[in-house]
Amino acid sequence: MKAMLLKRALQLVTVVWGVGTLTFILMRSLPGDMAYRIAASRYGQDNVNAQAAALVREELNLDQGAFAAYWQWLVDLLQFKLGHSLVSGLPVADAIQHMLGHSVLLALAGLLVSVLIAVPLGLLSAWRGNPLDSVLMGLSSLIRAMPVFVLGVLFILLFALHWNWFPVAGFGTPAHLVLPALTLALSLAAVSNRVVRDSAKQVFRAAFYQFSRVKGLSAWQTFRRHGARNIAVPVVAFFGIQLVSMIEGIVMIESLFSWPGIGHGLAHAIFARDIPVIQGAALVMGVLFVALNTLVDMLCLWIDPRGVREA
Amino acid sequence: MTTTQWAGLCVLAALLVFAFSGMAFSPYSLSEQDLNAVLDPPSMAHWLGTDHFGRSVLTRMAHAVGLSFALGMLCVVTSSLLGTALGVWAVWGGKKVDHTLGVVVNILLALPGLVVVLLFAAIVPGSFWILYIAISLVQWVEYFRVVRAVTQNVIQSPARQSSQMMGFGRWYQFKRHIWPAILPSVFTLAAFGGANAILTMASLGFVYVGIQPPLAELGLMTVELFPFYSDAPWLLAQPLVMIALMVFGFHLLAGKRV
Repeated sequence: MKAMLLKRALQLVTVVWGVGTLTFILMRSLPGDMAYRIAASRYGQDNVNAQAAALVREELNLDQGAFAAYWQWLVDLLQFKLGHSLVSGLPVADAIQHMLGHSVLLALAGLLVSVLIAVPLGLLSAWRGNPLDSVLMGLSSLIRAMPVFVLGVLFILLFALHWNWFPVAGFGTPAHLVLPALTLALSLAAVSNRVVRDSAKQVFRAAFYQFSRVKGLSAWQTFRRHGARNIAVPVVAFFGIQLVSMIEGIVMIESLFSWPGIGHGLAHAIFARDIPVIQGAALVMGVLFVALNTLVDMLCLWIDPRGVREA
Repeated sequence: MTTTQWAGLCVLAALLVFAFSGMAFSPYSLSEQDLNAVLDPPSMAHWLGTDHFGRSVLTRMAHAVGLSFALGMLCVVTSSLLGTALGVWAVWGGKKVDHTLGVVVNILLALPGLVVVLLFAAIVPGSFWILYIAISLVQWVEYFRVVRAVTQNVIQSPARQSSQMMGFGRWYQFKRHIWPAILPSVFTLAAFGGANAILTMASLGFVYVGIQPPLAELGLMTVELFPFYSDAPWLLAQPLVMIALMVFGFHLLAGKRV
């Protein structure tokens, strides 16, 4: 457990360093005088003159060499000084805080719904076999072949525009959460239901499982005592791997549904070339990524204390 | 090759033929507008109809599919070569090399792939080559990890060791012992990698960060045509179906599930 947490902490540091360095290069390679840009974001586009720029240059010590600037920048980063948005002029940290809540809400809702879809369907297709298994297999392959945003577009067309059941985009009421969460959930479940099925099939066929039926336990008792936990281990580990696609899916889904989360913020910031917000959003997504992975590792260890699996 | 793999190959081949013949034989250019024929349904003049600027959708679709294939292929070739070479080198080059490469891989693994690609896309917006570099950079890690793991077993096998003792060179040992062992995994990874590269490009196009107009790109076409979903649903359906077909083809080709 300790070794794992240490490894994850190290990963966290590399994420912060990696994203920081990448965005630093980004900042430096953009055209234009940085002092003017920062002055513009502070005092408004109309109040920028050489004097204001010089003031900023003086204050932030912008004339120092690239390496010194890089160092200063990393130190700021470690203190979570994320700066101000070049567009709105508001502190990036506040914006991130606002966005993070929405992203986590969407991610949790999506994950929950995907588990609710994938686990019963997976168990069912392992239990029942063909033809149900083949039908579900085909359906999963079909959904996997579509990018997340195609799924979202289809949902919008059907449920929002055609039938008018849910709002097209936006946030605030629970109804706004339904379509984005469902999109995320379906794209996750299309993969994980196969993993549940494979794991369940393996356990159902295992000698210890057959034996417990032979010794007189009912089907339900056998499943509860010998099935559930054994099936869960690879499944939970897989949900960890899926977190990658979750972070990626969330960027797309949030942009599509105008859900005010990190992904939406990141895409918008890139479009507007708002570097501090890009940096903040990318940083938070990276940290989120490591945190979620750590959580899954701990969960796996709790379900199966025999040892950490390499996921 | 199994039947499903053949089916995947056929789907991809058909799409390639469509892309090439569309680019070569279409009488319309990529951005030629005809504002008298806006949102036309498919006809003899425009087999797939026209879009909101009266541009030939067939031509644009062919270019978009061609672009996706080009990116997918380039990324697969680059990342598989890089990943395989470094993976073998990590095992063969001794502890120091292995350790250094391990650090690099860990940094890349700690970052979500799409976020890295988005950051690169932010440096030079709308550049095909930046997308190519970013996606390849993200994808080689997977080959590296698999190849390194398999190679480690092969290196210790008696067959490889006796081959070394008989005085065969490293290249021969690689060809005779390591390559056959890693080939199936590399092939599967490559098929999925192609699909992922295409998906990533379409996703970036969809959020307006990827390839920029007037170039045609499947994700970009989706957003461009979305406002006309009720007037011309067949238009919106085309890029969506095309992306799904391409990805499906690669998935079928991969055969095994990963």
